[in-house]
Amino acid sequence: MSLEPSGNTNLTARSLPKSHTGITGLDEITEGGLPKDRPTLICGAAGSGKTLFSIEFIVHGALKYNEPGVFMAFEEKAEELAMNVASLGYDLEKLQNDKLIKLDHVHIERSEIEETGEYDLDGLFIRLGHAIDSIGAKRVVLDTIENLFSGLNNQGIIRAELRRLFGWLKSKKVTTIITGEKGDGTLTRHGLEEYVSDCVILLDHRVSNKISTRLLRIVKYRGSVHGTNEYPFLIDEDGISVLPVTSLTLHHDVSSERVSSGISGLDKMLSGKGFFKGSSILVSGTAGTGKTSIAGCFANEVCRKGGRCIYFAFEESPKQIVRNMSSINIDLQKHVDDGHLKFHASRPTLNGLEMHLVAIHKMVKQIKPNAVILDPITNLITVGSVSEVKSLLIRLIDFLQAEQITVMFTALTLNDNVTGQTDESISSLVDAWLLVRDIEFNGERNRGLYVMKSRGMKHSNQIREFVISDNGLDMVDVYLGPDGVLTGSAREAQQLQEKTGVVIKDHAVSMKDREIERKRMVLEAKIGSLKEEFESFQEDLNRSYVEDELRKSVLEKNRTELTQKRDGKE
Amino acid sequence: MSQHLDIQQGDEQNDENRPYALRLFVAGASINSLRAVNNLKEICEIYLDGNYVLEIIDVYQQKSLAERENIIALPLLIKSFPLPERRMVGDMSDTRKVLKGLGLSI
Repeated sequence: MSLEPSGNTNLTARSLPKSHTGITGLDEITEGGLPKDRPTLICGAAGSGKTLFSIEFIVHGALKYNEPGVFMAFEEKAEELAMNVASLGYDLEKLQNDKLIKLDHVHIERSEIEETGEYDLDGLFIRLGHAIDSIGAKRVVLDTIENLFSGLNNQGIIRAELRRLFGWLKSKKVTTIITGEKGDGTLTRHGLEEYVSDCVILLDHRVSNKISTRLLRIVKYRGSVHGTNEYPFLIDEDGISVLPVTSLTLHHDVSSERVSSGISGLDKMLSGKGFFKGSSILVSGTAGTGKTSIAGCFANEVCRKGGRCIYFAFEESPKQIVRNMSSINIDLQKHVDDGHLKFHASRPTLNGLEMHLVAIHKMVKQIKPNAVILDPITNLITVGSVSEVKSLLIRLIDFLQAEQITVMFTALTLNDNVTGQTDESISSLVDAWLLVRDIEFNGERNRGLYVMKSRGMKHSNQIREFVISDNGLDMVDVYLGPDGVLTGSAREAQQLQEKTGVVIKDHAVSMKDREIERKRMVLEAKIGSLKEEFESFQEDLNRSYVEDELRKSVLEKNRTELTQKRDGKE
Repeated sequence: MSQHLDIQQGDEQNDENRPYALRLFVAGASINSLRAVNNLKEICEIYLDGNYVLEIIDVYQQKSLAERENIIALPLLIKSFPLPERRMVGDMSDTRKVLKGLGLSI
């Protein structure tokens, strides 16, 4: 063997061969599945999903990976088992007929068996060996082999035989799952972990605050790297899904594309275009301020543009939301019908926080929406502490941003504290924060909308009045009067008052105009009469002047005549 | 190896006196198997007075029997008559327990 640290290829070649489980998410955590040809112990308390886990391993192996499997049940009868998994869409009967799986129910009842001396478990070996050989099995499940301990008395024999069994299974080259009931302070009640040293997976079913969460942890995986966290998992109609939901990277791509909020006035406040695509938006406000209406409006807008949207409702049923939104002229039913809008309504107390996250993850992966709405996140507090909710939301935002999905949360603020944090204290996490606030004035409450923050864009610093009418939502500029901000009927009254003022002013102006006109007319009349006076005076003067001239000339003529006469020319 | 010992003692028996129906499942020629065969034969001879039918079956030879007869531990003795059916595992060295299983009390 070379000592040079060059052999990356060597390492992969030598790394442990693995056998895919086909269980969503588990193969990612284990980086490929369970150790091939070796036994794996799955332990957990009653009802933690051990049997389902192992049956999925067998069925996926048979259907997806061409590895037939033997399921040896020590607890349930084969028919019961088949019936139990029929709800997941697995037809064990058919798989058995196709020789892809083999079910074998081992029944041991202590009271029916008398032990009369030394014995061994050769019967089990022969039986299992025969089952494996008959279908060429590559996978084996022993569920729950611990029942041997309750069925037989001689523990010493059982232990020795189990050790032999696991060695034998390895030599048979089958990947084996052994399930074991969790004991007090030990992984299994009878210490099976002592025999299975390659891989141990612990399933847990924890109930805190009356809410249950299923968790999976890989306790040990010899010869392989694996995730060490507790991973929540979900059992639903598709079986088990485990999701590695603890990534906390900040490497996601960003987009400068914009998405409209569906409210033109709000878009205007956000530098005219709306939110960034893939950003997270928080809408907070006190009760009844229209948070759900904003969310509904956004959903409507996304769907109207041809995108897909998932609406996670934690408070109202989908029908209720559709009805309520139709009262403000937003038809969500249409989008539900054509498949653009998907509602997922559940009470937060339905399951634990992690399960909600897993459910959201699953739906998002499945539907690949353009936008996700969570309405409201406040209710999640009822199932977890503030820090838990915060951590959930961080992971959710991370996940959605990585997928370039715009997410809108609504949150109920209990106190009317504008500058403060929201109760979930996630305002620092989100990209845009809209606050809808009651403005109480003049005996009525009106809604004011603030854009508290909006990363990466120039946004309005003004309060807008947020009006919900039969025609939808819109923003109205608030009136800034001498007494402060006026909204609602006070604003309307003020507007009316202003209108009245204008009419009166108009009236006053026209009065003044007429006065001037009159004054002008009077003046003109005066000017006219003065002119007349002047003309008659002028005429008078002219006449006396002519008379004077005439008289002068007559006198002159008379005097000349007199002079001539005196000179005697007669 | 195969071992079929059908021992039928006595002639016509009426229903009450029908012989004990016993089947002994063994795993090849293991020590426990051989011991069980010997011990059982001895017990039967002494306590059943020859009134029994014993079938010895090697499970290795008929592997599918293991599932059909729900066999885990070997050697296994099944008494199917008289009723109730009883199952005994082990090398039959504990005579008292074997007799209890056969429904005989001493």
